[in-house]
Amino acid sequence: MVKKSFSIVLIGLLLAGAMTIVGFAQDNKVSIAVTWSGEELEAFKKTVKIFEEDTGIDVTVESIGRDIATVLVTRVEGGNPPDVAAIPNPGQMEEFAKKGALVNIDKSIVEDHPQAFVDLATVNDNLYGVFLSADLKSLVWYNPKEFEKQGYKVPETWDELIDLSDQIVANGGTPWCIGLESGAASGWVGTDWIEDIMLRTAGPDMYDAWVNHEIEWTDAVVHRAWEKFGSIIKNPDYVFGGTTGALTTYFGDSPAGLFTDPPRCYMHRQATFIQSFIKDQYPDLVPGEDYDIFKFPPIDEEHGSPLLGAGDLVSAFTDTEETHKLMEFLASAEAQEVWVKELGKLAVNTNVSSEVYPDPITAKAAGILSEAETFRFDGSDLMPSAVGSGTLWTGVMDYVSGEDLTGVLKTIERSADEAY
Amino acid sequence: MIRAGKVKPWLYIAPVVILLSFFLIYPSIKTVILSFYGSNSQEFVGVKNYVFAFTNPTMVTAFRNNALWVFFFTALTVSFGLVLAVLLDRVAYESVAKSVIFLPMAISMVGASVIWKFVYAWRPPGIPQIGLLNRVVTFFGGEPIAWLIRKPWNNFFIIFVGVWIWTGFCMVVLSAAYKNIPRQLMESARVDGATEWQIFWHITLPLMRPTIAVVATTMVVFVLKIFDFVYVMTNGNYNTEVIANRMYKEMFKFQHFGRAGTLAVILLVLIIPVMIINIRRFRRQREIR
Repeated sequence: MVKKSFSIVLIGLLLAGAMTIVGFAQDNKVSIAVTWSGEELEAFKKTVKIFEEDTGIDVTVESIGRDIATVLVTRVEGGNPPDVAAIPNPGQMEEFAKKGALVNIDKSIVEDHPQAFVDLATVNDNLYGVFLSADLKSLVWYNPKEFEKQGYKVPETWDELIDLSDQIVANGGTPWCIGLESGAASGWVGTDWIEDIMLRTAGPDMYDAWVNHEIEWTDAVVHRAWEKFGSIIKNPDYVFGGTTGALTTYFGDSPAGLFTDPPRCYMHRQATFIQSFIKDQYPDLVPGEDYDIFKFPPIDEEHGSPLLGAGDLVSAFTDTEETHKLMEFLASAEAQEVWVKELGKLAVNTNVSSEVYPDPITAKAAGILSEAETFRFDGSDLMPSAVGSGTLWTGVMDYVSGEDLTGVLKTIERSADEAY
Repeated sequence: MIRAGKVKPWLYIAPVVILLSFFLIYPSIKTVILSFYGSNSQEFVGVKNYVFAFTNPTMVTAFRNNALWVFFFTALTVSFGLVLAVLLDRVAYESVAKSVIFLPMAISMVGASVIWKFVYAWRPPGIPQIGLLNRVVTFFGGEPIAWLIRKPWNNFFIIFVGVWIWTGFCMVVLSAAYKNIPRQLMESARVDGATEWQIFWHITLPLMRPTIAVVATTMVVFVLKIFDFVYVMTNGNYNTEVIANRMYKEMFKFQHFGRAGTLAVILLVLIIPVMIINIRRFRRQREIR
């Protein structure tokens, strides 16, 4: 008797399970798999809620975490992909697209996105992804009050940047604060510098080739980018504390030098997120007045002013009406305004009002992003970890601490040879 | 009866054998096997990982540094411990002094590394030094020194932190051995006109030799696996890499299970002789008794 009722319950459960699966496949529902958790997940749920209210389509948000690429591969192969998914980077999006797993999206929905982001999500002229938001790394932080006091002008080219640095030195100051120390991740700050310089001296195509190890680390263009980086960081007059200062200063403490009296330095190259460190240390400073940003200037004219950063990218795996509606919504200014508001991220849709940003600096960074000609993801994140967060980080530390550049690049090349 | 006599011993040791094979023997064999495979343990690569371990420049530095650690760390902890054990035996405030020296043992190794990272901290000349050592140096008019960056001395500054912690341990064990030496021996030597120096070299030291050997081998086994100090203070930058830190990186950062396994096997092979020496010594002592 007991046995029988148990099997009835079991069958009931199975039926319920089967019905749920069928239910998911029904109309008016769409599922999205995301990497986010915590604050970001909450913000995202808030965003899709608007979509649900507007369209009556139910959205199931599934938080998968950092391993999303592996999970997606398995689910695509098993014929059970989510309708929409967040993809960690454009490289992985391209892989899915080439496997035929992604659905081509109508380009009209990204009309208001900067061309750089449309290009980044395009494979063989087909649009396979939509950017929700981005972070920006190609920024130089400075203290506008000190600049005004000394009569310094924001540099618009690399030569002006070097001239300004020389001028600061001539006036008895130190132009740069650089902090490479970051515990077990020491060196990453330098990789961002080198990537920004690579984009400006070798161009985005060469940059991609470099990230994918289609050119060697010992190649002249890579060598040149490191040397340009070295021309700043290894010049003891340029960096507060010289190379030892750069090696031993914690990256989060490093911008503090802009605000001492007299200033220990005048410029600091770092991504948007560093603002939270500045706010922690100096809560009384007014963003936009006491500190401000300018775009890391172009070096070789032909490559213009590309931007470095990271972004939140979503792609569609199923070709249903609901999926396309959700993609269209995620690309819209309406969705992105809600999404970026609390997170301090930068919206990609250029129609997003600058009023949604919490402070003038984030708004300014969003403005810089909206004018992007070229945008590239942080290369060290895309390389195999043995290189991108291994020999590249230690290579930066070795180079700055005085080791010969050719030797450093050979070491990285050897590890890249094994890792790719 | 005879049957039972044959089976019973096996029953008694069965739990130990099962547990050991499960938690020790099986993982060791598996690690050795994995060390011949590639990064995701799928393809057989032969001795490629071993070639890497012995030819990669960073690995060569790691071997050199492990050798430095084994020699200097062991020599310094044991000799400081011995000297302190003998000297403190003669002072009235022995227990207080011993407690103070033993105190660092209570601090975790990561904690100690963080403390010493601050002690060694460097700030550019002209702004206040937050590191104790550089504060002292600049107080006497010197230029601040980047202790953890200056090669090759940085290795010794990290080794010193290990010595700071472990000297207390050596001192306590050696002090117990010292107090076990029959006082009559020393008394009669003094009566015969031996100097304190001669007593130390010809009576104390020989009688303490077995304990010193045990302490020293324990230190060697411990220091071959050294990891925490380097991981926290420099993470192997500036030529301070050690084998265990590299193993950690290969395993958890680069996800290269083959190389991580290889380094584990190398450490195991390096430790085995020391263990054998230790076991032999135990056996010999038992025979003497």
